[in-house]
Amino acid sequence: MAGDVLVEVRDLDMAFKIKGQRGQPAMLHVLHKLNFDIGRGETLGLVGESGSGKSTAGRILVGLFEPTGGSVKLFGRSITGPDRRTNLADVRSRLQFVFQDPHAALNPRLRVGDSIAEPIDIAGTMSRRDRGERVKELLEMVGLPRDSAERFPHEFSGGQRQRIVIARALALAPGFIVCDEPVSALDVSMQAQIINLLMDLQTRFGLSYLFIAHDLAVVRAVTHRVAVMYAGALVEVAPKNALYDKPQHPYTQALLDAVPRPNPARARPPVIGGEVPSLLTPPPGCRFHTRCPHAMPRCRVDVPVLRETEPGRQTACHLYDTDTSSRAQRGIS
Amino acid sequence: MTAAPLVSIEDLTVQFRTDRGWTTAVEGVSFDVAEGDCVGVVGESGSGKSVTALSMLRLHARGTSRFARGAVRYAGQDLLRAPERNLRKIRGRDIAMVFQDPMSSLNPVLSICDQISETLRLHQGMSRPAARQRAIELLDLVRISDAARRVDEYPHRLSGGMRQRVMIAIAIACRPRLLIADEPTTALDVTIQAQILELLRDLRAELGMAVMLISHDLGVIAEFAKRVIVMYAGRIVEDAPVDVLFNAPRHPYTEGLMASMPALEGGTERLYAIPGRIPDPDEPIAGCRFGPRCAHIKPICQAAVPELLAIGATHRVRCTPRTRSLGVS
Repeated sequence: MAGDVLVEVRDLDMAFKIKGQRGQPAMLHVLHKLNFDIGRGETLGLVGESGSGKSTAGRILVGLFEPTGGSVKLFGRSITGPDRRTNLADVRSRLQFVFQDPHAALNPRLRVGDSIAEPIDIAGTMSRRDRGERVKELLEMVGLPRDSAERFPHEFSGGQRQRIVIARALALAPGFIVCDEPVSALDVSMQAQIINLLMDLQTRFGLSYLFIAHDLAVVRAVTHRVAVMYAGALVEVAPKNALYDKPQHPYTQALLDAVPRPNPARARPPVIGGEVPSLLTPPPGCRFHTRCPHAMPRCRVDVPVLRETEPGRQTACHLYDTDTSSRAQRGIS
Repeated sequence: MTAAPLVSIEDLTVQFRTDRGWTTAVEGVSFDVAEGDCVGVVGESGSGKSVTALSMLRLHARGTSRFARGAVRYAGQDLLRAPERNLRKIRGRDIAMVFQDPMSSLNPVLSICDQISETLRLHQGMSRPAARQRAIELLDLVRISDAARRVDEYPHRLSGGMRQRVMIAIAIACRPRLLIADEPTTALDVTIQAQILELLRDLRAELGMAVMLISHDLGVIAEFAKRVIVMYAGRIVEDAPVDVLFNAPRHPYTEGLMASMPALEGGTERLYAIPGRIPDPDEPIAGCRFGPRCAHIKPICQAAVPELLAIGATHRVRCTPRTRSLGVS
């Protein structure tokens, strides 16, 4: 990460009010003390299974949810605390969001050009003629014909619709885009096209991405660093190759082992049992200890903290505590 | 595959009614499933893989679909034309199916016990208490802990993985000879997917049934199937044993599909992307339907629809230039 930090997240907490037992109001804690940064021109991958809180984190970063604790700074401005409204208004045009389902993200009754120009219209900074030119320019950037502006979303395939959504996200020349599962609804042959497009746009405009996905192979292809979430907490943050080649946290290891490979000769590693715990009744100590093959007595009691294990990578696991370094040795390869 | 096949699909051609007339979703699909076989069917949306599976049990809505040609032969009958009452005896007893979304496949107002018992009472005439006992055994078999208590729960109380286990318990209740699993793990998280695939592998070995697994995920197919059928735009383009398909694919689409998959191991170079997009079913394309996206297209590809030809005892390919270069035509 080259010095220039665009997104700074510290001790981020999020809880939603829900109806608990017998209709009593209860709090559902979905995020626990998240800490991470994203640099300029960097892609941070956020991976985890359903319910791990990755989408909630993404939504907080573009100002869609107000967190219940911790701080978030975007472009050096705090969007938490008393100045949230003014600061958010200042940085909003530099933030964008690309959703999973391009069918639901486009208004079926708006022409594609009007959908793409919507951010421009809201910002109200462009003349009619410039607006038309900008739409054509945006269509070209994402590899669609310039005359697509007059057509409607239903005339496009899923992959093309995702290009339209990306064009709309680029309309105000943002610096930071949260992509929430942007290729999961697409077929394999279409995924590659969209992934390559996102990477080209990053090189061209120096964009930063938070790339949320459950598909670990896709994440390896697009990101620089990866943060792994489990049941609302970060368990590991590491540079991409280090994480994939030498995962530290037992959950990261289990997750990577569980991905089926297109190699029929692979010796399948043992399958990890159990399921993700309920956020209403999370286990004490490390949330992963109920499924962890390396669980020790203290894992049932002490919550592990995300701390640096090697320069540039952090892991939240007692196996890597300095006083138990011998355990780390015999822990995971 | 020397013995008579369990199910034989011959020239299956399925059409659906649309605003513009009849559209062909599946065309000329032929393959056999042997007793105890483990077939993977892989393809992207619109490839016809699910339509093929549904046709085998004639589960399409009547009136909006028709079988233009072909047959599905099972136990001396053509399932496409057999009387409905014969089919009802085969569905769920001889050939069972598991679908992608376990929530919409289970009835939310019936207990797990009721839903497993239904099949047993219908096909095997079991009494209520006997069916309940068998339901508990089946939940044990699909590795649901505390089965005697869980059997009385309702679907909403179960996680996605547990629901899919219940679906599998229902499917294997009558010990079918063929289990068709249509994207059984697509809606599940990756660690749960690994559990379900392992369960299906174990059950296949324990019960000796044939399994036909349909998936868009080449990884799932590679780890599960012994033989793989690749479909594109309604047709089979390649059919080979799993190691042959992954080590030496012959069809340009199979090659492209594998090259466009991001890899978990090794380098992170730019992904290969198959150009263009999947054609609509009624889009007119001369000759090979993959032609417009193929890197190796030749004039002959547009002259006629390539045939699915055997290039070995167990390998079939639908690509005229490739089969000709191998001396098969």
